[in-house]
Amino acid sequence: MNSVSRRKFLKISGATIGVAAAGTALLKTTQALSNKAAKGVQTIPTYCDICFWKCGAIAYVNDGKLWKVEGNPLDPLSNGRLCPRGTGGVGAHYDPDRLKAPLIRKKNRGEEQWVEVTWDEAMTYIAEKMQKIKSQYGPEGVALFSHGIGGNFFKHTMKAFGTPNISAPSFAQCRGPRDVGFRLTFGEDVSSPERTDIKNAQCLVLIGSHLGENMHNSQVQEFADAVGDGSTVIVVDPRYSVAASKAKYYLPIKPGTDLALLLAWMNVIVSEGLYDKEYVQNYGFGFEQFAATLQQYTPEWAYPETGIDPDVIRQTAREMERYKPATLVHPGRHVTWYGDDAQRSRAIALLNALLGSWGRKGGFYTPVSMDVPAYPYPEYPKSEKGKVDNPDHKYPFAHETITNGIREATITGKPYPIKGWFVYATNLMHALPNENETIKAIQNLDLMVVIDVIPSEIAGWADVVLPESVYLERFDDLNVEWFREPFVGLRQPVVDSPDDQKPNWWMAKKLAEKLGLGHYYPWKHIEEYYEHRLSAAGLSYKELKKNGIIRGAKQPIYFDEGVPAEFPTPSGKIEFYSLQLQEAGFDPVPKYKRPTSGPPGSFRLLYGRAPVHSFSRTQSNHILMDMMNENEVWVNAEIAARLGLKSGDYVRLKNQDGVVCNKVKVKATERIRPDCVYMVHGFGHNSRMLKFAYMKGASDAQLLTRYEVDPLMGGTGMNMNFVTIESEVA
Amino acid sequence: MARFGMVIDTTKCVGCMDCVVACKTENQVPEGYNRDWIVQDVQGKFPTVEMEIRSERCNQCSNPPCVSCCPTGASHIHEIGGVVLVTKDECIGCKACVASCPYDARFIHPDGYADKCTFCIHRVEKGLDPACVSVCPTHCMYFGDLDDPNSNVSQLLRSRKHHSLMPEAGTQPNIFYLT
Ligand code: SF4
Ligand code: SF4
Ligand code: SF4
Repeated sequence: MNSVSRRKFLKISGATIGVAAAGTALLKTTQALSNKAAKGVQTIPTYCDICFWKCGAIAYVNDGKLWKVEGNPLDPLSNGRLCPRGTGGVGAHYDPDRLKAPLIRKKNRGEEQWVEVTWDEAMTYIAEKMQKIKSQYGPEGVALFSHGIGGNFFKHTMKAFGTPNISAPSFAQCRGPRDVGFRLTFGEDVSSPERTDIKNAQCLVLIGSHLGENMHNSQVQEFADAVGDGSTVIVVDPRYSVAASKAKYYLPIKPGTDLALLLAWMNVIVSEGLYDKEYVQNYGFGFEQFAATLQQYTPEWAYPETGIDPDVIRQTAREMERYKPATLVHPGRHVTWYGDDAQRSRAIALLNALLGSWGRKGGFYTPVSMDVPAYPYPEYPKSEKGKVDNPDHKYPFAHETITNGIREATITGKPYPIKGWFVYATNLMHALPNENETIKAIQNLDLMVVIDVIPSEIAGWADVVLPESVYLERFDDLNVEWFREPFVGLRQPVVDSPDDQKPNWWMAKKLAEKLGLGHYYPWKHIEEYYEHRLSAAGLSYKELKKNGIIRGAKQPIYFDEGVPAEFPTPSGKIEFYSLQLQEAGFDPVPKYKRPTSGPPGSFRLLYGRAPVHSFSRTQSNHILMDMMNENEVWVNAEIAARLGLKSGDYVRLKNQDGVVCNKVKVKATERIRPDCVYMVHGFGHNSRMLKFAYMKGASDAQLLTRYEVDPLMGGTGMNMNFVTIESEVA
Repeated sequence: MARFGMVIDTTKCVGCMDCVVACKTENQVPEGYNRDWIVQDVQGKFPTVEMEIRSERCNQCSNPPCVSCCPTGASHIHEIGGVVLVTKDECIGCKACVASCPYDARFIHPDGYADKCTFCIHRVEKGLDPACVSVCPTHCMYFGDLDDPNSNVSQLLRSRKHHSLMPEAGTQPNIFYLT
């Protein structure tokens, strides 16, 4: 596979804005702030970290105490308005259950028994173990799991150490299949933030994507704009989501059959000649073969699969045609559902291709970025063994590291042993399916380090826990974002950390020094690093520090504005028919496979997001927990009545493998199909260190013992579990 | 005289609760209490369902029962914008107002006085929008003078279908929901 990620995206030189480089004299005055003495209200710009969207924010400090956080009006991601989690971000600073000091395990793994140690002791311990692993197994024997921009410096230290095994669940447990499906079709990722032009879409199709509950700020703002402008919204979801309540068409699809619907839509669009013929003619490859395979997928064929009326399939397909190319079939984000997710995502890409929406206003724009050069570090050592996660390219289209591949290698020792895990800011116990496999892998380790702000479940399994400052207390890497317009954002400390927490850059640098890799950190303080990179880009750190954001000039983002219509696929065109899939032994045009059904009397377990929480990392934030302090299991009202359940009753869910979750409240509702139940992900913590969140609600992740691996890219389809409902005697 | 009110577009509101969170941080509302809240009004049977999502709070009524029932005069109508406020120091925490409000908008603050939405009068007097309005990521909330025919809120009410909550209670609420 050729690696083309973002290579052709427009690069905008920061120098075009004409700002002179700042002098280094500035550094002396800009070391970490201390606001303890300050009186009155101070405002400090930074960027948010309650999720990975990285919205520009302005923090208010009143008499030295953190008061509130608002959006930074200069920031194109937030447009001056944060999402509820960002607004509630102050709760992260005040969280009493935060990790406070470095910890070393004193009993068995998972027993959560610790001794507090100094930073030096912790780092010495880790470095010694790493060196031992290196001498026995090579540097590749250490792997990093990371989430969000905060992981950048640990990635750097790991690469300097010599391991290529650096992964994030955001690929194989989230958006990976989507990016693979789109790469196979257009040659490029959807990327993050998504390049979806929602605000200009005149017709928006959401398939399982529950914007409004899933609170990616810019997308939700644009969704509301589109709704306000009267755009046609089509929602496909087994659950009547918030987005469904804004839709002109709500298609209550049978779970797992989306690909059948997509094929039928394409059948209608092709057979009725509704596609963008000029676009397909100019940019398409293999259209004839593609069209021929579609013939079998009539709406009548799709009906028994999906439960969607053939007339509705035709009507919605024509509606999409009516607004093309400003029809956006949204690719979603967390799409690891059924194990055929890359092919389903490819079908979404193909439908967009038929509508001519890629590269067009109201479809997918081409993201732009500032050209801020990377810091000129020494070259990393080259790994002889290569990555561990994907031996023999078993998953030929995985273009990022597969977390579950590392887990597998850690269990089996093949293709080579993994003996050290670093886990940065991702609660693997809730992110990866089948927690027993994760535990099994951990038991094989010689070193397990968790770096986080809260003691999530994964921290309980660590040998060493390193407490990180929350985002409002630390500097972080520059956010040089790829978005609608170029900008750079700065995260900077607003208040001091309350205890012995440290920022990630400090830890990663200290660790490198302990490992004798200090030369990979030629700067003393991260502000020196900023200065270097920004002045190389002709930007002023002083300005960035003052405003939090530096914006570049707007640039063309659509084909019609002059962005070259290039498709870095093997054919250089949009691949309606994929020879590279065919050569690798896969279907060149996606084929539908009926999903497995559960035992009689069981319900498919679906999960999703709530607007006031991010994964499993916000349940100890008291402000956000005041909004929602436990999750509920959504049960169709009629089913609930049949089972003698009403809203507010506590039940337990038992999955097909006999795993029973913590007790959870029933929400008996008309908003879900009778064949599935739904939960918000992230609750049901069983880390005893999370005193406040402990056993509030239930963990969907615990019930995800089964998963189906995507043969194209190794992602884990997780909507494969079935549960029965057992009432909980009060 | 000005009559402050809010117009909230339910077609855009996603029920994200940002307005609730913002009120908490802006006004330091204690844990376990809130001055505004979200209602998801679901009608119909699956899959033919409709849902209206509303951000609700004190309706800043022009005929407020909570003021007329207050034995001490702590609950009163502010001279600016007709906002219904409570003077903490005069409140004896008797809960008469809490019981009288048909919208259940009031609560007794742990410090012993009746509390509720103030329309963020401290912000409005500085020319800012209320915290909830200014934070809403969907821009679905509008604040302004309902007595001024040229205000954005008056214009929206002239051009869009809307309703208010329990008008039959005779309270003359000043929050309106666009549908
Ligand atoms: S979307 Fe919300 S939580 Fe995520 S960065 Fe933006 S404000 Fe923060
Ligand atoms: S912040 Fe706005 S969109 Fe969110 S619930 Fe409140 S009114 Fe609705
Ligand atoms: S106007 Fe102010 S006090 Fe009232 S609900 Fe909104 S934020 Fe709270």
